[in-house]
Amino acid sequence: MKIGVVTFPGSNGDTDCVHALESVPGCEPQLIWHKSTDLGGSDALILPGGFAHGDYLRAGAIARFSPVMREVERFAREGRPVLGICNGFQVLTEAGLLPGALLRNQHILFRCAWVHVRVTSSRSPWLSAVPEGTVLRIAVAHGQGNYFADEDTLRELRERAQIALRYCDPDGRITPDSNHNGSVLNIAGVTNREGNVLGMMPHPERSSDPLLGSEDGRAVFASLASTMVRA
Amino acid sequence: MRRWVGRVIVLPKPSVNDPQGLAVLDGLSSLGFSGIERVRVGRSVEVYLSSEDEQEAARELDEMCRRLLANTLIESYTFEVCEEPDE
Repeated sequence: MKIGVVTFPGSNGDTDCVHALESVPGCEPQLIWHKSTDLGGSDALILPGGFAHGDYLRAGAIARFSPVMREVERFAREGRPVLGICNGFQVLTEAGLLPGALLRNQHILFRCAWVHVRVTSSRSPWLSAVPEGTVLRIAVAHGQGNYFADEDTLRELRERAQIALRYCDPDGRITPDSNHNGSVLNIAGVTNREGNVLGMMPHPERSSDPLLGSEDGRAVFASLASTMVRA
Repeated sequence: MRRWVGRVIVLPKPSVNDPQGLAVLDGLSSLGFSGIERVRVGRSVEVYLSSEDEQEAARELDEMCRRLLANTLIESYTFEVCEEPDE
């Protein structure tokens, strides 16, 4: 199964994604330059973290107009798996493929830390093999991860089980103290209505190797692999 | 064609938390400025363009704001259009 990882000018998580995917049986990662309009027969796509186009104007605002994004949008609307990590999540919200927006962190602190997130919906192919309620220890590194959506959108997200990940304490309790960036409802990741597109602020690719301190993030790539095998 | 400059101001919507504004408010307070109720931080963009008339320039600027310069989910925008003298 081929997994396309898009490189924008300013991406910095792309080769980390490739490295993490290489350790998952059945996954064949390939890098796709943002100017390309050929997805190389990818079966799933990842928009990695970083600072695409320098985050000029707003994070993700310019990346949305990269030539590859038209293909990414088409791919996503066909119901095929797309994952946006950190800056990739910001790009997907700017492109209108995911609801809401990511504001500057509360207290404008750049957070680079290990956090815990609870899987609150396993609908997405990227979390399908992770039972709801599972707590993942996973790395974050961002200045604009403060998830915002208006009341109507939040109601819809809840009704359709689109809230995939929420910041929690090590025991899985959703507490104000574990909400390190001020996100509404402690939201760390959401899916689109159909569930095939997932955006998450934490970095599964930087949490996929015991050498780095956690391999909980591997569950994201392993979920995808098992979903694709079943399909 | 006449030449115009659109001066666009983008600000976070009042209903949206503005951490930058809060930080600037804290800074101003520690400098001793008192009585500040609120600070909001946004951005200012100047767009130089040619178009037949002011209405057309304004229509284009409005579309630019909606499609790129502001994220209308979290930001509001205003702009003014001024004619640029010929060089």
